[in-house]
Amino acid sequence: MINHRPIVKKLFLSILLSTVVVIGNHLFAQDGKALFQSNCASCHNPVKVVTGPALQGVTSRVTDKKLLHDWIHNNQKVLASGNKYFNDLYVQFNKTPMTTFPALTDGEIDAILKYVEDYKAPAPTAGGPGTSAEPSSDNTLLYGILTLILAVIMLVLLQVNSSLKKLSDDKEGIPAAEPIPFYRNKVYIMFIILLLFVGGGYLLVQGAVGLGRTKGYQPEQPIFYSHKVHAGTNQISCLYCHTNAWESKHATVPSLNVCMNCHAAINEYKGAKLLREDGTEVDGTQEIQKLYSYTGYDPKAGKYTQPGKPVEWIKIHNLPDHVFFSHAQHVRAGKVQCQTCHGPIQEMNEVKQFADLSMGWCINCHRTTKVDFPDSTGNGNKFYSIYKSFHKDLQSGKMDSVTVEKIGGTECQKCHY
Amino acid sequence: MSDKKYWQSFGEHTNSEAFQKASEDEFSEDLPLEGLTDGKGLLDAKTPRRDFLKYLGFSTAAATLAASCEIPIKKVIPYVNKPENMIPGVADYYATTYISGGDAVSIVAKVRDGRPIKIEGNELSSITGGGTSARVQASVLDLYDMARLHYPVQIVDGKPQEVSTFEAFDKLIGEALPKLGGAPIVLLTGTINSPSTKKIISDFVAKNPGARHIQYDADSYSGILLANADSYGKPAIPSYQFDKAKVIVSLGADFLGTWLSPVEFTRAYAKGRKPDAKNPVMSKHYQFESLLSMTGANADERFTHRPSETGAIALALLAELGGNVTAPALNDKLKASVRKAAKDLSENKGNALVVCGSNNPAIQTVVNAINEAIDANGNTINWATTVLYRQGIDKEMAGLVADMNDGKVGALLIYGVNPAYDYFDAAKFKSGLKKVKTSVSFNERLDETTELCNYAIPAPHFLERWGDAELKTDHFSLLQPTISPIFKTRPFEDSLLKWSGDTTDFEANFKKYWVAKLGSVDEYEKALQKGVVEPASPAVGKAPYSNAKLADAVTATVATGSKKGALEGVLYQKVATGIGAQANNPWLLELPDPVTKATWDNYAVVSPKYFKDNFHIDLADRRQADKYEVHPEKQVVKITVGGKELSLPVVVVPGTHNDVIGIAVGYGRESAKPENTPDFIGRAAYGAGRNAFPLAVFNGTTIEWSIPEVVVTQTNEIYQVAQTQTHGSYEGRTEAVKETTLGDFRKNPDEILEDRKKELSHFGGTEDYAAQGTLYPQIYDKPGIKWGMSVDMNSCVGCGACVVACHAENNVSVVGKSEVLRYHDMHWLRIDRYFSTPEKNMDNPDDVQVVFQPMLCQHCDNAPCENVCPVAATNHSSEGLNQMAYNRCIGTRYCANNCPFKVRRFNWADYTGADSFPDNQDQTTVGKLDPVVFQMNDDLTRMVLNPDVTVRSRGVMEKCSFCVQRLQEGKLKAKKESRPLKDMQDVRTACQQACPTDAIVFGNANDSKSLISTTRADHNDRLFYALEELHIMPNVNYLAKIRNTDRILAEAGKEEGEAAEPAEKHS
Repeated sequence: MINHRPIVKKLFLSILLSTVVVIGNHLFAQDGKALFQSNCASCHNPVKVVTGPALQGVTSRVTDKKLLHDWIHNNQKVLASGNKYFNDLYVQFNKTPMTTFPALTDGEIDAILKYVEDYKAPAPTAGGPGTSAEPSSDNTLLYGILTLILAVIMLVLLQVNSSLKKLSDDKEGIPAAEPIPFYRNKVYIMFIILLLFVGGGYLLVQGAVGLGRTKGYQPEQPIFYSHKVHAGTNQISCLYCHTNAWESKHATVPSLNVCMNCHAAINEYKGAKLLREDGTEVDGTQEIQKLYSYTGYDPKAGKYTQPGKPVEWIKIHNLPDHVFFSHAQHVRAGKVQCQTCHGPIQEMNEVKQFADLSMGWCINCHRTTKVDFPDSTGNGNKFYSIYKSFHKDLQSGKMDSVTVEKIGGTECQKCHY
Repeated sequence: MSDKKYWQSFGEHTNSEAFQKASEDEFSEDLPLEGLTDGKGLLDAKTPRRDFLKYLGFSTAAATLAASCEIPIKKVIPYVNKPENMIPGVADYYATTYISGGDAVSIVAKVRDGRPIKIEGNELSSITGGGTSARVQASVLDLYDMARLHYPVQIVDGKPQEVSTFEAFDKLIGEALPKLGGAPIVLLTGTINSPSTKKIISDFVAKNPGARHIQYDADSYSGILLANADSYGKPAIPSYQFDKAKVIVSLGADFLGTWLSPVEFTRAYAKGRKPDAKNPVMSKHYQFESLLSMTGANADERFTHRPSETGAIALALLAELGGNVTAPALNDKLKASVRKAAKDLSENKGNALVVCGSNNPAIQTVVNAINEAIDANGNTINWATTVLYRQGIDKEMAGLVADMNDGKVGALLIYGVNPAYDYFDAAKFKSGLKKVKTSVSFNERLDETTELCNYAIPAPHFLERWGDAELKTDHFSLLQPTISPIFKTRPFEDSLLKWSGDTTDFEANFKKYWVAKLGSVDEYEKALQKGVVEPASPAVGKAPYSNAKLADAVTATVATGSKKGALEGVLYQKVATGIGAQANNPWLLELPDPVTKATWDNYAVVSPKYFKDNFHIDLADRRQADKYEVHPEKQVVKITVGGKELSLPVVVVPGTHNDVIGIAVGYGRESAKPENTPDFIGRAAYGAGRNAFPLAVFNGTTIEWSIPEVVVTQTNEIYQVAQTQTHGSYEGRTEAVKETTLGDFRKNPDEILEDRKKELSHFGGTEDYAAQGTLYPQIYDKPGIKWGMSVDMNSCVGCGACVVACHAENNVSVVGKSEVLRYHDMHWLRIDRYFSTPEKNMDNPDDVQVVFQPMLCQHCDNAPCENVCPVAATNHSSEGLNQMAYNRCIGTRYCANNCPFKVRRFNWADYTGADSFPDNQDQTTVGKLDPVVFQMNDDLTRMVLNPDVTVRSRGVMEKCSFCVQRLQEGKLKAKKESRPLKDMQDVRTACQQACPTDAIVFGNANDSKSLISTTRADHNDRLFYALEELHIMPNVNYLAKIRNTDRILAEAGKEEGEAAEPAEKHS
């Protein structure tokens, strides 16, 4: 068995780093991109016609800025006013009503529009943003070879030493004991047994500890649903589909009505080639047809003609029954990125279990993750304002940050009850 | 402060040999290992050491193989179209109403992923204010009872045959009803307090000429209804306002436990009983009764009398209060007590209340006169708002039974009542039922009555249906379904509508009724959301009183005392099981009775003196006491009342009148063919106790539960009664309970504090105690939250709602009678009942005083259990919780041994079916578990389990967690909203929420503004920690009990000699 730990660790750290960088950008840009992704991306693409029209150039098509704002705020009102351009557009898109956004401010809309106009379609490179997450180098092999060479040198030197000793003994006339070949040398045998015992024991314990863990689990799902296409290429926010992660302990696989929000209009796949893990190609359009057959939707008629039946997805991330895990706690209160535990999901055509979901893995993260303590400017989670002594220590510089462990995040009954 | 000696069992009282022996061993038996305990030694055992090693090796290898080869594929199946506002994993709460007969309590049902799992009180109700009872808490389990009837049936020769559809059933009834030959249809129901149902019933009655509706209550209040018709001109029951009463006199009414509306009364009663140093006042409660009821156990002054003397006491009271009546002779002691009570009553005119539990209209008429004399009408008795919990008139029922026997009833439609079981003359009812042409039952199961009917169409559980209840005049509580019906059931109202040709269903009717009543759909929806419709301020007023019938009543009352035997009997209801409507509810059956602490059975209650005189065992004698106690075998007696016989084991309860025997009703449910009972009524109910209803006495007008003459014959049989509290010794430590009298408390409010200081003086006094009293150098601080609980022993009445709430919230398992007998009960929270008597001999029942103390894990900051665990499975959190990690526990039970409070529970078997090894439930070493365990393990019944709490398996220790799942949820809620915890809103424990008296307060003790902090500060003079001097630093504090009496003082001195006796020392 290969020791994966350093690899995992590196992978983990680099992904953490890359996601932090990516997220960092997000956070700075309470700007067009974030707003576009959370509000518009499920139906619009800047350069492609999806459920709604491609948005680039919209400011030149509709020059009246106020009208455009009104349209985004409440399109029904604009339609009712009889505006010809928008009514034509409405008919062109099969009279699919656009969501209203009364809560968006004018500034936010401008930011979105700016983002749309400046948008450049990403060059279809093979890697995508995740390439940096590839393990840059693997030193294990190097160390292994080095150890082996050193061991051989040691063996040779030992042999040389014993030969020289024998020679000098011969010279001085000291009667030498019967030479023992090294494979019958008790010290060597003992050493090898010890090595085998330690190595075998290590492997056995590792194997036993790993029982029931399914890191790398990547089953074939009833529909070839690609997170890479949805979360990666089309940049749909994770929470758009896994809404419940915000509220509940379960992130939940979205119900089919959520899929149909977009797929009522998107009925064919025109993107880059979809490949299975074994290299075979997948027909994306065919997979969308599968969705229609589950929901009982007739795309030609644009109607639901059959009763729907649920998709039986195969559950990948399983925790034992005696563990309480809440997505809301981590995603909303803890502001942990999905990728921290699920890996570079935006690059996975087929989802693969990224972490081993072991207790040690959880605890290690709890030991290092910093709690979102409120600071003097009012940022941070005010729940933690009750930790008076920690705040004092933070101010006086005795502590530089508070980790989850400090507030009891590694205690038994935080997860087991 | 007194030096009273408190005891939980007679063995503890006398420190008998068996008691000493029992408390030597924490667990009365060894671990169930084959070969180790049978005395043959390891080598000769069935599984010798080598075999053991072979098995061990094999099973390890097998487990490794099994675990590594294949991991089962789990599916995740989302909705096709998810209902809006439904989030898997987040509970929804629906306001609805608990209904059982006439009892109705506004509740909120917690629904997780489509299934109700917990009941809470509805705080918007002005009547119960969020309080619940054990029965309300347990009712959610009834929903998942597999013994409920699954579909409509036609019963042919006692065998139910499924009727495939409701239409087919309607057709059968449609054919049967016109063939009655002119004989009328009679609807027999329990008290109906639903206005919409009443309307449907009256429409049905109007459409069927000659039809009538009769209400029947097994626990009848006809006496009060008839007396009020005489005195106040209307057969109704007024609102009793215990919160306004400074003096309460109860003549045998168990108003805190089972009388009329206990949740409401308990809540109001407790309001008047929270004295502190600033305001040292509380109500004074006199109780006259024959048995020690839970209410009597809470009384300040308690006097016992024969049941036949109730009338005489009422008359004597009236005479003392200036009524122009002459009371029959009473003994001097009772005379003096009546005088004392009367003095307090007359000094508090307008602030006093007298209630009476008798069902004799004459006695109740006299009580009405008493209440007039103390000016209660319009003050503590509100006649403008009457209650509608009970409306049945016994005489109407008797008339119906006579009509049935005369063949004058064509069709009988039975809904929600079970007269074949609980009518005093059930035999006559049964013979009458045979003569009824068409009988239809709407009961939820094939109970004693239903199996004798021709047809049965089960009504849904109250959590599955729409409906409403008018608890009091203009006080409504609404029902809405929290789950779609589990079985093929249909509301009773739907059937009536169908059979009277109406095409609308009840749901539409209900909606129409309420939209019309409230004015708009909007208002209707708002009302559903709130669950209650109440006037802004309830009407308060008096009723015109007439004493025209008083003279007759006095004569009749005098006559009630004329007939009496050497031994009299009293039937009573247990707080948990009541009249037996929820008789198949394992939580209720396993809830120990507040006073006897017995589970799973009813029995004959007698006094220690009676036992000494007739059974020749003196329980005050340390050698003789062991013949009765320690071992659960009890002698069985044959009880004969007017030709009816009943065999029951004898249980001795101090405080029982010496000439009285008490028997609880509500037990002994049995089908016509007893072997059908597990299927028809339920596995838990099967074999639990005997039916005492046939012993009730019909006086020509009403059914009375006091029996003038009982003959008891001893038998050689023995029967095991499973009592808790006869094990788990405090090793002679008495500092767990503190009490004082109101007089002493007024004189010296620091009494308790001084007592604590004295106890802790060796360890640096109360101030430096935390640091000084210990060798451990470090005190761990709790930087954020420090959870704390306060339990007010003055408010706790011992009702057990918290115990059942804890069961429901924390998946606490039911173990069955045979396991309780082995002291394997699993209650995380128990209510300790302490007796104390001034004399050692317990001959005078009036001398017995009782203290209730809810006992749960005290979450000691310096916990003795934590440092003995070899695997650190139990340890302390930074929030002050004593944590228990089940998966780490290896079952050494050291922690339970070292716990001074005996609150840790060990899973001797796999009670919840959590293990994948079926052998852990039934095997020779564990013993055969009772059928009830398997009833609870049914796939459907397991739906009641709380998904947020681990189900424990065999071999691990468990205990109160302070509802840690709620704490985590509350904290998360606050974190999501980026704000500090809201006290009393985000986090409440299940026991706290269930408590009708708010005796339990819980919260963050680090927050100086939280209720727990203010409670501790405001009641510092009553505050103490149980066994504080052990330096265990509990996070649960108690507030000392205060009695509004002077008796502790007077008797403490007398007792000193005995208290000093070092009998209880055991080390």
